[in-house]
Amino acid sequence: MSGTSAPNGAIRSVLATDCGSTTTKAILIEKTADGWRQTWRGEAPTTVEAPFEDVTRGVLNAAMEVQELSGRQLVEDGGIKTPDVEGQGVDMYISTSSAGGGLQLVVGGVVRSMTAESAMRAALGAGAIVMDAFASNDPRKPHEQIERIRQLRPDMILLAGGIDGGTRKHVVALAEMVAAARPRTRLGGGFNLPIIYAGNQQVIPDIKERLESISDLQITDNVRPVMENENLAPARDKIHDLFMEHVMAQAPGYDKLMSWVGVPIMPTPGAVGLIMQTIAEQRGINVAGVDIGGATTDVFSVFDGKFNRTVSANLGMSYSVSNVLAEAGLPMILRWVPFNIDEKGLRNRIGNKMIRPTTIPETLEELKIEQAIAREALRLAFIQHKEFAVELRGVQQERTIADAFRQTGSGDTLVKMKKLDLIVGSGGVLSHAPRRSQSMRMMIDAFEPECVTEIAVDSIFMMPHLGVLSTVDQEAATEVFERDCIIYLGTCVAPEGDMKSGPVMKVELTMPDGTKESRTMSDGELWSVPCEHEPGVKATVTPLQSTLDVGAGPGKPLSKTLRGGVVGLVFDTRGRPIRIPTEQSARVPLLEGWVAAMDEYPKGGEG
Amino acid sequence: MAAIFTPGLTVTEQHIVQKTRQLPLEGEVTVAVGDLVKADDVVAKTSLPGKVFPVNVANQLGVDPGRLNGYMKKGVGDRVTKDEIIAETPGIMGFFKSEAKAVVSGTIEAVSTVTGIVIVQADPIPVEIDAYIDGRVVEVIEGEGCVVQAMATMVQGIFGLGGETKGVIAMAAYEPDDVIGPEHITADHKGKVVIGGSYVTIAGLKKAVEVGAAALVTGGFDYDEIKELLGYEVGVAITGGEELGTTLIVTEGFGKIGMAPATFALLKKRAGDRASVNGATQIRAGVIRPEIVVTDDAEIPTERVAAPEPVGIAQGDLIRGIRAPWFGRIGTVSGLPVQPIQVGSETTVRVLEVDFGEGDTALLPRSNVERIER
Repeated sequence: MSGTSAPNGAIRSVLATDCGSTTTKAILIEKTADGWRQTWRGEAPTTVEAPFEDVTRGVLNAAMEVQELSGRQLVEDGGIKTPDVEGQGVDMYISTSSAGGGLQLVVGGVVRSMTAESAMRAALGAGAIVMDAFASNDPRKPHEQIERIRQLRPDMILLAGGIDGGTRKHVVALAEMVAAARPRTRLGGGFNLPIIYAGNQQVIPDIKERLESISDLQITDNVRPVMENENLAPARDKIHDLFMEHVMAQAPGYDKLMSWVGVPIMPTPGAVGLIMQTIAEQRGINVAGVDIGGATTDVFSVFDGKFNRTVSANLGMSYSVSNVLAEAGLPMILRWVPFNIDEKGLRNRIGNKMIRPTTIPETLEELKIEQAIAREALRLAFIQHKEFAVELRGVQQERTIADAFRQTGSGDTLVKMKKLDLIVGSGGVLSHAPRRSQSMRMMIDAFEPECVTEIAVDSIFMMPHLGVLSTVDQEAATEVFERDCIIYLGTCVAPEGDMKSGPVMKVELTMPDGTKESRTMSDGELWSVPCEHEPGVKATVTPLQSTLDVGAGPGKPLSKTLRGGVVGLVFDTRGRPIRIPTEQSARVPLLEGWVAAMDEYPKGGEG
Repeated sequence: MAAIFTPGLTVTEQHIVQKTRQLPLEGEVTVAVGDLVKADDVVAKTSLPGKVFPVNVANQLGVDPGRLNGYMKKGVGDRVTKDEIIAETPGIMGFFKSEAKAVVSGTIEAVSTVTGIVIVQADPIPVEIDAYIDGRVVEVIEGEGCVVQAMATMVQGIFGLGGETKGVIAMAAYEPDDVIGPEHITADHKGKVVIGGSYVTIAGLKKAVEVGAAALVTGGFDYDEIKELLGYEVGVAITGGEELGTTLIVTEGFGKIGMAPATFALLKKRAGDRASVNGATQIRAGVIRPEIVVTDDAEIPTERVAAPEPVGIAQGDLIRGIRAPWFGRIGTVSGLPVQPIQVGSETTVRVLEVDFGEGDTALLPRSNVERIER
C-alpha cells in the first residue's frame, strides 16, 4: 500500500514523477552497486482534465510503464507500492507538477520597477506564472486594473509595496483596489482567494482591515524591506505552502497524490530552479538554464550567486508555437531554415502544429522547421530574461563620470554573456533532438554565447524530478544529475566585439594524444572539433582583430584547457549578433555550410 | 487487443450530447430536472456586478483623507445617480464650495480615510443563458446552471472562431473537395449554417459575414488569413470570443484540405435541419473543440447518461494523418508494432501501420494520427 518511508530511513529507491500539462513523466532512481543511478523511465498522458479528472491515473499509468520495463512492482492496490522490500516497491515517491496550467499569480507593488518587480521575482522564483503585475504607477486607469483583476482569476495574489516604514497611502490604495475587484479563485470551489501580503510591515493593520474579510489573507515579511535589498525567501515559502494547501488540494486527484508523496509536491519550474542554483553553487560558476516546453519557456540564471527565473508564458513549441511566429515574425524564423520554402505553406504548418500540439516531425524538413522555430522561441525568451534579471532598481549608487556617460546604473542586466560559464538546455526539442549537435547549435544560435561557454542538455528531462529529490537527498540528486541527467555537449568559443570581414581568430589545439591542430578562421564560419569532456583539449585562441575578445581582453590570446562533450568544441566566428543574409539565394548556402560543419542532419536527406 | 490513446474528433450521427450551461456568477436557475427545453429557452440568469470606479474625492475637495467622512453626503451602500453630488465642503459663508459628483450611476462601495478614494460600483448587468440545444434538463447545478441532454448528430471541428450561434444547415459545396469563394455565398445564406468543402477563400468568408450567415464550416482555411480577418494573429488556440458575425469552423486544419468524406456526408444528410454551432476552441487545459450539434426528436433519456470511457486506437479503426507527409490522409489501422522505429527525421518513435487502401500501407508515428470517432 502507499506509504512514503524506508525502513531505518535509508532510502535505496525512489520513484519520481512530473505531472506536466500533457504528459506525466516517471523515472526510477535506484542505489546500485555503482552508486545512485536513474534506471528506467516511462510516461503517460496527464489525466487532470475531463473525462478522467484524476491526476493519479496518469501517475499510475506512467508508473506501470516503468514497472513493465524494470520488472519492479511499483503499483499496488491503486497506489504506489512502498517501501522497497527485496527489490519490489520503492522507498519513496516524490512528484512535481505543472498540470492544469501550473501556478498562476497576480502580483502588485507600489512602483512597477521596484516593489512590484521584487514581488514578481519572488513569484517567479517560486515557480509561478505571473499573469499580470499591478502598481500605483500603472499606466492603466484604476477601474481598468480592477476589471483586469476580476477577469484573471489567479490561484493567488502576492501584494507587496513600500519599504518598511515607507509609504502607507499607496499600499493601502493597492489593497483597496484588490478589495474592490473581489477576485475569485481559478478553480472555484467556494474557497476564498489566498492573498499574500509581503509589503510595508507598518501597514499590516490597514491591510487586514481591507482584505481579511474578502480573502484568505496571509502576512509575511516584506519582499523589499529596504531599497537596497530584497528578501524573497519568506514570500516564496508562503507561495509554496499555499500552492499545496489551496491550489493542489483543489485540483482533481491531488488530495490523493499528496497523501502518496514523501515530501511536498513542488511546482515544476521551482524544482528546476533548485537544480540550477545547486549547479552554480557547487561549481562556483555562472549558469543560464532553459526549459522549453509546449506552452511556455522558462529561463533561469545564476550570476554571482543571484538567482533569477522568468517564464515566457506564450513561447513554446506546440500550444504556443503560433505565438512564436507572431512575436518573432516569419523572416526571423525563415532565416534559420536551410532550404527554400513557400511562406504561406510554412504559416499553415505552424498553425497545424498549434491545433494538433502532440504531433512530432516525421520528415527531416519538418524537423528543420521546428528547430528553426525553437531558435526564435529560445532567443525571445532569453531576451525577456535578460531584461528582467537586473540589478535592483531604485538603489542609489555612487557613479563616476564614465558611468554617467554610459547612461547605465541600477537596472543593468545581471546576465553578462562574457561571464557566462555554462548553458543548460532542457525540454523536448532540446532533450529529444535526434542528434546532439542539433541541440548545441540551437542553443548557440539562440543565446549567442560570447568568449568561452560550456553547453549541456538534460538527457531525458529529469531536472524537475532531481530538483525535488535534492530536498530529500542532496547526494543522490547530485550523483544522478552528473551521471545520468546532464549531458555535456561541449564548449563554444566565440569572439565578442565589433567584427570586420577577413581573418578573425587563430585557433591552436593540442590534443590529449599530443597531436596538434591549427586553423585561422574568417568571419561567418563555424568549426566543430570532436573533443571529450575530460581531459579536454589545450587551446590557444588568438584574436586577429584588436577589437575582438575571446576572454583574455580585446586582441589578447587566451590559453586554457577547453572541455568538450558528445559534440565537442565549436568555434564560432559568425559575429554577435549572428549575421545572416536576408536574400534566400545567399542565406541557404551559408546555412548549409553551418549544418555541414556541425554534421547536424543526414546527408542527402530531404529539405 | 492492443490499443493506444490519442484524442480524436467526434463525427457521429447518433450521439448522446450533454451541454453544461453555466452562469459566469451565481444566479437563478429557471428550469428543473426533467424539463424539456428548446435551444433558445432561457435556463439561468444573473446580474454581473457593474464596473467599479475609484475616484479620489479627498483630492477633488482638497481635504485631508482622514476627515473625508465629515464631507460625504452619501455613505457606503447608498445608491447614487450619475452627476449626483456625493461629497461637498461647506465653503465660506456658502461660497467657494467644493463638490464631488458620482461618475456613474450605482452604489457606493467604499470610502477610504487613508487614501481619500471613494469607490462607486455601477449598476449590475443582467445576463441570461439559453439551453443552446433542444433537449431535456438532466441536472441542475444549484445557483449556477444546468445540464441539457439530447440525442444528436455531432460533428467536432479542429479549430474555430466566434461563439455560439444557431441556424439551419445549408450546403454551399457539392463535394468535400470544393473550394468556396464569394460566388458560392448568396443572400439565401442569411442566418444559415453554411457547409463548404476543402477550403474557403478570405473573400468567401467575408461574403458569408456580409450576408449574415450564422456559421461557415470548411475543411481548411489559411492560417495567415486569420490576421486579415481579425486584425491580429491567434498565437495560442483559445478562441470563441471573436466578434466576427459569422462563426467559422475548420474541420481538418490550415491549408486546403478536403473535408473528411464522413463529415461532409453527415452534414449533407442533415441539411435543412437546425443546428447549434460553437466555434470556441481551447487546445490546452481542458480541450474544447468547435462543434456542430443537430438534435433529434428521438426519445431523450431522462437520466444523465455517463460519458463512455475514452477508448484508444485499435486495429481496424479509421484514422486520419495529422502531420506531413500524411496530413489529411484517411486510412485503417492494420497493425500496432511494439518496437519503436527510426523515421525520416531520425527520431525514434512508436508507430502504427495504416492501410490507405489499394495496397498502400505505411508506418506512421502514433502521435501523428487521430482516430475518427464514430
